[in-house]
Amino acid sequence: MIQIEALTKRYGTRTVVDAVSMQVERGSIAVLVGTSGSGKSTLLRMINLLVRPTSGRVTIDGEDTSGLPVHELRRRIGYVIQGNGLFPHRTVAQNIATVPRLLGWPRPRIGARVDELLGIFELEPAQYAGKYPHELSGGQQQRVGVARALAAEPAVLLMDEPFGALDPIIRAKAQDDLLEIQRKFGTTILLVTHDMDEAFKLGHHVGVMSGGRLLQFDRPARLLTHPADPFVSRLTGTADRSLRILSLIKAGEAAEPGARDGLTVPADASLRDALALLVWHGADVSAVTEADGTRIGQLTLQGILARGRAP
Amino acid sequence: MSALLGVAIVVSIALLPFVVFKASRIASGRSVALIAALGTPWGGLAAATLAASALGAACLFGARARLAAALGGLVVLAIAVARAADVLTPAGNRIVRISPGIGCWLLLLAFALIATNALTRFRLGPLFRVACLAVAGLLIYGAFAAGLFDRLSVMREYVVNESTFWHEGRRHLALAFGSLVAAVAAGLPLGIFCHREPRLRNAILQTLNLLQTIPSIALFGILMVPLGALAAAVPALGALGIRGIGAAPAELALFLYSLLPIVANTAVGLGRVSPSTIEAARGMGLNESQVLTQIELVLAMPVIVTGIRIVLVQNIGLVTIAALIGGGGFGTFVFQGVGQTAIDLVLLGAIPTVALAFICAIVLDAVVELLGERRVAS
Repeated sequence: MIQIEALTKRYGTRTVVDAVSMQVERGSIAVLVGTSGSGKSTLLRMINLLVRPTSGRVTIDGEDTSGLPVHELRRRIGYVIQGNGLFPHRTVAQNIATVPRLLGWPRPRIGARVDELLGIFELEPAQYAGKYPHELSGGQQQRVGVARALAAEPAVLLMDEPFGALDPIIRAKAQDDLLEIQRKFGTTILLVTHDMDEAFKLGHHVGVMSGGRLLQFDRPARLLTHPADPFVSRLTGTADRSLRILSLIKAGEAAEPGARDGLTVPADASLRDALALLVWHGADVSAVTEADGTRIGQLTLQGILARGRAP
Repeated sequence: MSALLGVAIVVSIALLPFVVFKASRIASGRSVALIAALGTPWGGLAAATLAASALGAACLFGARARLAAALGGLVVLAIAVARAADVLTPAGNRIVRISPGIGCWLLLLAFALIATNALTRFRLGPLFRVACLAVAGLLIYGAFAAGLFDRLSVMREYVVNESTFWHEGRRHLALAFGSLVAAVAAGLPLGIFCHREPRLRNAILQTLNLLQTIPSIALFGILMVPLGALAAAVPALGALGIRGIGAAPAELALFLYSLLPIVANTAVGLGRVSPSTIEAARGMGLNESQVLTQIELVLAMPVIVTGIRIVLVQNIGLVTIAALIGGGGFGTFVFQGVGQTAIDLVLLGAIPTVALAFICAIVLDAVVELLGERRVAS
């Protein structure tokens, strides 16, 4: 868990981060969005002390970060940046082994961990361990960057625009991978982005920053239905917010009793996808099925539309 | 380019003096053409072989064939010039001087150019280039050691100066490498400082740049005054060899000249390391000295070694001038030769200097390439 209390950064008279307080639950993903210059990156960098806070406090799992030697603290926090920051003169395996080596892990343990991570990120160890970063594609480099950040099994992962340099298709895949890995390891993640869609896709909680202040930190649906500030609704967009809300709800959660033949929607699809399917087929009801094919209920057009209505 | 060189080679064989014959070291010379020097059957054969090599080197399409023709030409040339000296030297006479003439030098230059040009077509790897250099060096050393060139005038001078030759050679290397080591020891930290303090960077580099513009003889002269005064004031230093003349001002001047390439390249090399790489290194918990030694310096190393290469080649040349103020080195022979109008003695100093600079350039280029191979920034 990351607890941030009245964290402030001033450069001279300019306040870059203004008394931000928030809390990232253990094992959840929090995303900070905002325009450039909103202070979101500075806030992130104050957590691993790449930037010294002017005032305020950060605790990780109850431990005050200012009490730890800065290098020790950073070795316990995973850190991923845009453009991945891989060391060009080190192989993939050496890059991933960076923090374990700094921590003095025994060699066999480092080797096993590197192989495990390469396997998880679908990079065949025999083929990729000895390659240099410039021999990899952008998507592969990005995966190595995340693997490197996770190498020493950090409880907390900080990500600063981690997918910013990727093209849309690879980015979507990288986001899916991140969600899967987060579920697998239960890592607490704080991610910074300027991409609203990315924030809504990844974040259990999303914070909107502007001018150094955290305007709202809430569940994604609440940002849409109860924006705390005009800037929040401007950033999240008002034109398609009904559809955004639908995209946040899974078909399985919204299924009503009943079982019709005909169209079927998987339980983990969003209501937005279910709506698109019904419109496409000119139907007004569809069954909802689990991955194994069992029917758990049905969705009606009326029911879906009601979910997207303004509160 | 090869075709032009081929024409030059044929002209050189036919018209220009192949060797120069002098009755004594300081007598005026008489030019001898290739065929006249070697006598009719051998001279004609040598001329024909050289012309064939030249045409082959110039006109063949494959780089491999051109290289073979040029190397063959070089071998025939070496044997022909050695043989000419043997033929023209009266038995038992140690006074006549036979030196390569302008035609011989032109042939050497033309064949060497074609050979290196063909070699670059192969895009040889750095280690292979160093191996080629070693093989060529061994062959040339073997030819000299076997006495092939003993009757040429340069080797006559070598025999007379044999013991001082190697002594001055060691002095030459000691001066060139000594000042390099000192410049790296001082320049590396100064370069790091320039990188860290951009506001002082320009002032430091401008100062070092100014030093470079002082002509070397003037700098030697300028340094004589303070070093001489220092030696007079502190006799213990004078006893250590720190005097107005000799190795001390030479070493100091070379050191000052060496600083700019080392400092500038260190600063430039560090500046080219991607900020995101450094940010990632810090973020993962490398401390400042680990970031410097494991990331920044390693990534800047190809550029720094390029600076070292510049310094070394430059120093090997400059040491020659240090002989003027008693610094020693191969320049001793050059200035003695100039004083005595003995061109052979000048060559005895100049040829090894050029060879040393050439060897250092090839070896350090290979090092730069090896270091840079996997360091392509992502």
